[in-house]
Amino acid sequence: MQRKLTLGLATALVAALLTMTSSVFAQKSATDDIAKYREMIADGNPSELYEAAGEELWKKPAGPKNATLEKCDLGLGPGVVKGAAAQLPRYFADTDKVQDLESRLMTCMLFLQGRIPQEMIDAPFQRGPKKDMEAIVAYVVTLSKGDKIKVSTNHPKEKEMYDLGKRAFFFQGGPMDFSCASCHAEDGKRIRLQDLPNITAQKGAALGWGYWPAYRVSSGQFWTMQQRLNDCYRQQRFPFPIYGSDVTIALSMYMAKTGNGGTVETPGLKR
Amino acid sequence: MKITHIKKLLTVTGFILATCLMQNTVLAQQKNDPKFNQMMTDSFRAEGIAGLDRIQQDETQKFCSDPVSANSKQGEKMRDKIQKINMAGIKQPSNGKYIGDWKKGEAIAQSGRGATWTDKADVAVGGGCYNCHQIDKKEISYGNIGPSLTGYGKLRGYSQEVITYTWNRINNSKAYNACSNMPRFAHFKLLNEQQIQDVMALLLDPASPVNQ
Repeated sequence: MQRKLTLGLATALVAALLTMTSSVFAQKSATDDIAKYREMIADGNPSELYEAAGEELWKKPAGPKNATLEKCDLGLGPGVVKGAAAQLPRYFADTDKVQDLESRLMTCMLFLQGRIPQEMIDAPFQRGPKKDMEAIVAYVVTLSKGDKIKVSTNHPKEKEMYDLGKRAFFFQGGPMDFSCASCHAEDGKRIRLQDLPNITAQKGAALGWGYWPAYRVSSGQFWTMQQRLNDCYRQQRFPFPIYGSDVTIALSMYMAKTGNGGTVETPGLKR
Repeated sequence: MKITHIKKLLTVTGFILATCLMQNTVLAQQKNDPKFNQMMTDSFRAEGIAGLDRIQQDETQKFCSDPVSANSKQGEKMRDKIQKINMAGIKQPSNGKYIGDWKKGEAIAQSGRGATWTDKADVAVGGGCYNCHQIDKKEISYGNIGPSLTGYGKLRGYSQEVITYTWNRINNSKAYNACSNMPRFAHFKLLNEQQIQDVMALLLDPASPVNQ
């Protein structure tokens, strides 16, 4: 209870300070100050609430088969969660597919619990079954915090996914001609005051990939990587990327592989 | 007999030449990849005003989706071609008026809203200018993907040449730089003629704060 209160206070403080910052100070200091607040509440990232709920869901029998997710294989063997998120996306022989964390979790829910993936795909973010997914994701990614990003493209399907992702990154469309590269292919660029990582280079890719999923202070929500990518495409004025679709996995593969060697800082804390 | 042989030979040579030429254009651009196309088709669905037609690329988008070849020596001819196509679509103002109201222009420059799947069709699309440009010095929250536009008219003068160039550039930036990051505001009907006149005023009315 006390912890929740502290977290709530910290969040309110950050939100207030962020608002002040954007109206009072100039460019550089906004970014610096966000870093300061990150430090301030580093012991109390609100993601912890999601993480705790996720751990419970991981161990609780659910679905038509009334089974837990504890035998879920995220790539390091059944039940191994520690370090698993750092090596995703990867190829899985049982589905013959390259999967990111969320599409893999849908497979585990289907295989182990008998839950139909389409229900998860169709659910809006932050609601219904997606809420469970978000909590489970928070739990899984926290157990890779501090690890190095180490994604492989040794399997031909992994290499293929990487190439598709790279191409998708530069694919322009929509009424504004935007691609991911419009904003994320050069160093030192900003939209308004928001710094944009250059995802085509290792450092920027590690910053982008390594800090998501994250708790977003501005929306007061924990966002998975799927939701992050979904909102990128919304702002690109594209049609809606289907949850767990190949384009989202391909882009994840391109980002993660480019960021290899960087540190996993998930769950991150974002504006 | 001999003549028909020569004719045949000529036809065959013609075909080979044509194929070579075609391959040259193909070389300057990314190869079509059915697997990639399938992935794009399968990965998106229409939502609100954002239909699947938005991932049907036009020639400009196709060309600019491969920056390595677009920026190469081989890409030069194609760049010119893309610029000509975009230039040809630009319309000068129907009422002959280039400069509108800079105050309205500032509001358009400030707004980055519109055209997403969460927007209604009748929501006015913003110019989003400050997202990428510094414009009025008093606005400190500006992006830097595009060049700074502070003192735009003061620095360049208010000649018809400057006015026409700026009009064209806002209407369709790709007429000057095939793969410019700037949206084609008139081509995709993001801004109407009057709104463009207002944004023009923000840059080129001597009374605009941009030129103080």
